[in-house]
Amino acid sequence: MFRFIVRRLLQMVVAFFGTTLIVYALMFAGQGDPIQALAGERPVTAAQRAYLTEKYHLDATGVGGFFYRYFDYISNLLRGDLGESLTGRSIGDILAAAWPVTIKLALIAIAVAVIFGVTAGVLAGIRRASIFDNATLLLTLLVLGIPTIVLAPLAQYFLGVKWQLFPATAGADPDFYALLLPGIVLGSLSLATALRLTRTSVAENLRADYVRTARSKGLPNRRVVSVHVLRNSLIPVITFLGVELGNLMSGAIITEGVFNIPGVGFNLFRGIRTEDGPLVVGIVSVLVVVYLVSNLVVDILYAVLDPRIRYE
Amino acid sequence: MSDFETVAASENQAARRGPSGEPGTPNQVGQPRKPRSLAGDAWRDLRRKPIFWISLVLVLLVTAMAIAPGLFTSNDPASCVLSRQHAAPSGGALFGYDFQGCDTYARAVYGARASLLVGALSALLTGVIALVVGMLAGYFGGWVDAVLSRVIDIVLGIPLLLAAIVLLKRVASDSATVRLGSVIFVLAVLGWTTAARVVRSSVITAREQDYVAAARMLGAGNGRIMWRHILPNALAPAIVVLTIALGSFIAAEATLSFLGIGLKEPTISWGIDINNGRVHMRESATPLVVPSTFLALTVLAFIMLGDAIRDAFDPKLR
Repeated sequence: MFRFIVRRLLQMVVAFFGTTLIVYALMFAGQGDPIQALAGERPVTAAQRAYLTEKYHLDATGVGGFFYRYFDYISNLLRGDLGESLTGRSIGDILAAAWPVTIKLALIAIAVAVIFGVTAGVLAGIRRASIFDNATLLLTLLVLGIPTIVLAPLAQYFLGVKWQLFPATAGADPDFYALLLPGIVLGSLSLATALRLTRTSVAENLRADYVRTARSKGLPNRRVVSVHVLRNSLIPVITFLGVELGNLMSGAIITEGVFNIPGVGFNLFRGIRTEDGPLVVGIVSVLVVVYLVSNLVVDILYAVLDPRIRYE
Repeated sequence: MSDFETVAASENQAARRGPSGEPGTPNQVGQPRKPRSLAGDAWRDLRRKPIFWISLVLVLLVTAMAIAPGLFTSNDPASCVLSRQHAAPSGGALFGYDFQGCDTYARAVYGARASLLVGALSALLTGVIALVVGMLAGYFGGWVDAVLSRVIDIVLGIPLLLAAIVLLKRVASDSATVRLGSVIFVLAVLGWTTAARVVRSSVITAREQDYVAAARMLGAGNGRIMWRHILPNALAPAIVVLTIALGSFIAAEATLSFLGIGLKEPTISWGIDINNGRVHMRESATPLVVPSTFLALTVLAFIMLGDAIRDAFDPKLR
């Protein structure tokens, strides 16, 4: 177990440096004149040029200079200093304001996935090949196949604009009700996957030896299902939901953009639209770290939860 | 159709070749009934599934639309007249006109080409990368496998949409061909890992088979064994994964175009049209609903087709 965690951590460090290097190289390497790009249309005096060259170590050229600046960026990133967006706001401040909203949205989505997905998955797994099972399978296939860029605007149009069941957009400082529809849209994908995972896992465990033993002991069916089967079936589901929580934090770009929710994804959406390079790189770097850490936590959780899994 | 036939053909080869190297296997000897191959079983299974036929028809329809859009509409998607803004259906424009006064239906029909082109070419490129990496890792094992598997792990750990955003922001050119090429390239570079894992595991299984040992005894080199003996057997599962991947590549292209970093005007893409329709949905919803429906049905068709074929070929589900 200890060796597994150490190896997994080392792997994460490699992945972290790999991805940030790629992000950094793509955004900043080989661009024309960064000082002029910063100044825009205005002229740059020799003194300003000298100051900025000194400040950002632009005089070091070639591969050595690139890595020098890259490690500058990494050490700033690790210290939590993400720099400023093109509009002059600190990216750290933007993210600090955006995280609570995004986390709220992600939690609603996960709640939707757990309440509907896991319940329906257990029912479908118990009554395999029934009408309910086939109907949910078809429905989840539909949900999995329809991209968010279709689901989100259509839900917004029909439920928000046409029938006015939900607020069409969230706006600044949204309340629970305003986040409900985007949460359902965002959660529908995880719902479908959680349902399928629960169904397969329950159906598999129902055929296991220990379930037959429990039945032959004379335990009532309800107890067999709710205690013996569920406890083992939910392990993969829990780990999936953990990964999904990490995904939802970074994957809400479309949903937050469409519903106008001022979260992290929305700021990224706006950064792309307004060609705000530093903002995009800053947010993407943070999201990659969130993604890597959540994957790590889930992998370790998996090993802790399921004693059958042995990492050598 | 072609996908299924390739799968069936390679599976048939596998079935023919497999038992011949093992004399005296119990399931072949002494059976009066003519044994059915895995592909035969799968085909019998598939034939009875309505989902398979529905998705197959949809896939063929969209493919026809991409090859010859003129068969489906006689209107020109590029002729837009502002005086027809949000006008009602008329003169062959089945679903009326959008904000710019373009024929909504014609644009949706012509949008199939970019989507399918991106989907098919990135699936093809993905397949090539996955086959090469999976084959090398599975066949040689040892440190080659260790290195390649770590590379797969790392690429799998990169979130697709975020990485695609960063990569595509780098492409400054507005030329349609360059943008199309870079979207294909980016999707393939980020999306080959799942298929590579599938190829690797089927290569590892195939490597231990007797016919491979026989080929080696006859003096075949590594290249010949990989190309002639292992590849046909590793291809079938990879093609199924790639069919599903094709659907998700189409969705990814539309998402990137929707965000404004994938394909750009004047290329006609469902993602661009959905984004434009979204902005003006309060005035008229059809320019949003029509391309959305086209995109959703296309993605669904490919995913359902791949799903149905995979189910049919999975003996555990029988």
